Amino acid sequence: MSGVEQFVKDHRNLVTATVCLIAAAVLPLFFDPLSSITDNFITAGAYVVMALGLNIVVGFAGLLDLGYVAFYAFGAYTVGWFASDHFSSVNGEKGIHVLAGEFASSLPGIHLNFLLVMLLAVVIVGIAGMLIGLPTLRLRGDYIAIVTLAFGEIIYRFAVNGDEISVVDGYKLTNGRQAIAPVDAIDLPGFAGFDSAFNLRPYFWFVLVLVALVLLVNFRLRDSRLGRAWIAVREDEVAAASMGVPLVKTKLLAYATGAAFGGISGAFLGSYQASVQADQFKFGFSIFVLAMIILGGLGSIWGVVLGAILLSFINTYFIPEVFNSVPRSLGLDFDLTVLNFGIFGFLILLVMVLRPQGLLPERRRAMELTEGAGVDDSIDVKVP
Amino acid sequence: MSADAAKATPAQGRLSDSAREAVSKYGLIGVLLALPLYLAITDLASTGTLTDLGNNLVLGLSNGAIFALIALGYTLVYGIIELINFAHGDVFMIGSFVAFGLWGNFGLQEGMGAAGLVLGLLVAMLVAMLVCGVLNVMIERVAYKPLRNAPRLAPLITAIGFSFILQNVGVLWLGSSPISVPDLVNQGNVLLNIGGVTIHNGDVLAVAVTAPLVILLTSFISRSRLGKAMRATAQDPDAARLMGINVNTTISLTFLLGGMLAGAAGLVNLLYQTSVWYFQGFTAGLIAFTAAVMGGIGNLKGAVLGGLIIGCIQQIADNRIGAEWTTAVVFGYLVLIMVFRPQGLLGEVTREAG
Repeated sequence: MSGVEQFVKDHRNLVTATVCLIAAAVLPLFFDPLSSITDNFITAGAYVVMALGLNIVVGFAGLLDLGYVAFYAFGAYTVGWFASDHFSSVNGEKGIHVLAGEFASSLPGIHLNFLLVMLLAVVIVGIAGMLIGLPTLRLRGDYIAIVTLAFGEIIYRFAVNGDEISVVDGYKLTNGRQAIAPVDAIDLPGFAGFDSAFNLRPYFWFVLVLVALVLLVNFRLRDSRLGRAWIAVREDEVAAASMGVPLVKTKLLAYATGAAFGGISGAFLGSYQASVQADQFKFGFSIFVLAMIILGGLGSIWGVVLGAILLSFINTYFIPEVFNSVPRSLGLDFDLTVLNFGIFGFLILLVMVLRPQGLLPERRRAMELTEGAGVDDSIDVKVP
Repeated sequence: MSADAAKATPAQGRLSDSAREAVSKYGLIGVLLALPLYLAITDLASTGTLTDLGNNLVLGLSNGAIFALIALGYTLVYGIIELINFAHGDVFMIGSFVAFGLWGNFGLQEGMGAAGLVLGLLVAMLVAMLVCGVLNVMIERVAYKPLRNAPRLAPLITAIGFSFILQNVGVLWLGSSPISVPDLVNQGNVLLNIGGVTIHNGDVLAVAVTAPLVILLTSFISRSRLGKAMRATAQDPDAARLMGINVNTTISLTFLLGGMLAGAAGLVNLLYQTSVWYFQGFTAGLIAFTAAVMGGIGNLKGAVLGGLIIGCIQQIADNRIGAEWTTAVVFGYLVLIMVFRPQGLLGEVTREAG
């Protein structure tokens, strides 16, 4: 076997990732700088980051989190608070600026550089993840799902009604459905190309770098001591604990890491869309992200990437642009966009019943699922 | 329904255990009473009467009766296969839709004769119950039965999927905004006025429909042969099978009963709220689930008790804190209960609660 072949065999993930990322990097050059396809790819990239985060919590550690949208909200509001004119009269209406871009530096309010905002989002959202995870530590299975769902809804309520709550100096917590806008564009030192009115490509490359980083972190984590601990907790909590896996620390780290990815993605989306609006943070979005990782294959990193891209395109391209008029051409009086959540629900149902391991299954999970397949139908009740 | 088995006292449990049990139980009761007590004191201080609170509680109890009907469906299903039937709230929504559709067909309208009205509503309720029961059984066959050997979370995920599908059925059926429906029973009419506390037609109706159904259900489960089979399956499916019980049929029966109660709740809700909306099932479902957990999931009496309590909390939140905060308040209670007393007021310690 030649050296190259051996290298490819040993580093399959690395090679796949490099090839995919390079192929993706040249992709926007084939489209117009403002093409909606590029826009769709940017959204898809942000969703990939988010789905990889949720995959750590649900796929690796086996903690079903139905309130993941909360971390998206925290991430987006971090940008909303620290990179916009929301707190308009701080510092005597001159604003606070830390390494902010040229344009943002002239505005009132708090304006931090986007990279700082992202760091801040990681810290804030990571802590939020732990705080939300803390009450679920004693619970198992579906109770975790319900508690996280409840937290997600509570945070959504705070986002929507945040315009009634005054924080310091009479500033509102959020602008509710009015949205905090405009939010600063991304501004990297020495690079002034981020203007979504002229060219979307820099955003695409930025999100691609994010995806690459998050992929790297995901692979390294999965193969680390912590990653093995997560999988052990997922497989059998009692056995894991008796083998010396510290349950509290392991679970909290899963929540915090997963949440941090959601926060990064939320911060990026907030800045990219230049506004943070409360209705983005509905329960349905949690299920949307969950559907991505189920479609791709719970716990499988490549599967999750595929699932996120597929569902993102179904959501932003196939439903509204390609198939939207199909019901009308069949003589039915509605647009397909009305049904998008029903379609996601149907997909989840279909995948879970027909191919529970997902499109690109993780090997261990696939084995786990097929183990019981030979069992006679007549003894099919799960004994508690 | 596993209540009987669960009543087994923590025999010979150490004193500290029973003390902890008492603290967590009465702690929960204390937390539940805190809000009404606080309001009672502030009311007395500002207006000198308890009329407002009394009115809130009356509305709360009648609303709670509807939640209790839905909560029974959650608790029945959880008792038998330990699954949170996430689509249950949406089955309730479909019940409302079916009943509303039938009103149109029957020509029911405001101010018509009592005899025709009662007959029409009764038939509408029966049909709604039947449709919802069959729908619930069908959901079990399609979405849960194939997954009985899969990891526990799999059926929960398909349940969420089904919930979204049903919501979209609702959107296609009656559009995506709430529709107001004819006020057939003149629900806001004051029937009784006891020292300022008013009782409306709607309140009486909600209780009058709920109470017989709950009594029927409990006596069915405690007396009939099928009810006995249900309790046996809930306790130990394998042993039940060895005793000659057809477990699959029993599970289907449970879903049928749960769905029928949801259908009845759908009709009552329609008369009570005089509006119908595809999203009503999601919110009501989660509130009813909170009720089931509060009472002790798997416990029928607990579900009814929890429903009545959560109804009062919901009304108080609606009227005193602001309707836009209601779900946050209810979910706040849900988190508190889940964390500090997952077995609820009357339930036993389950595996989930750890």
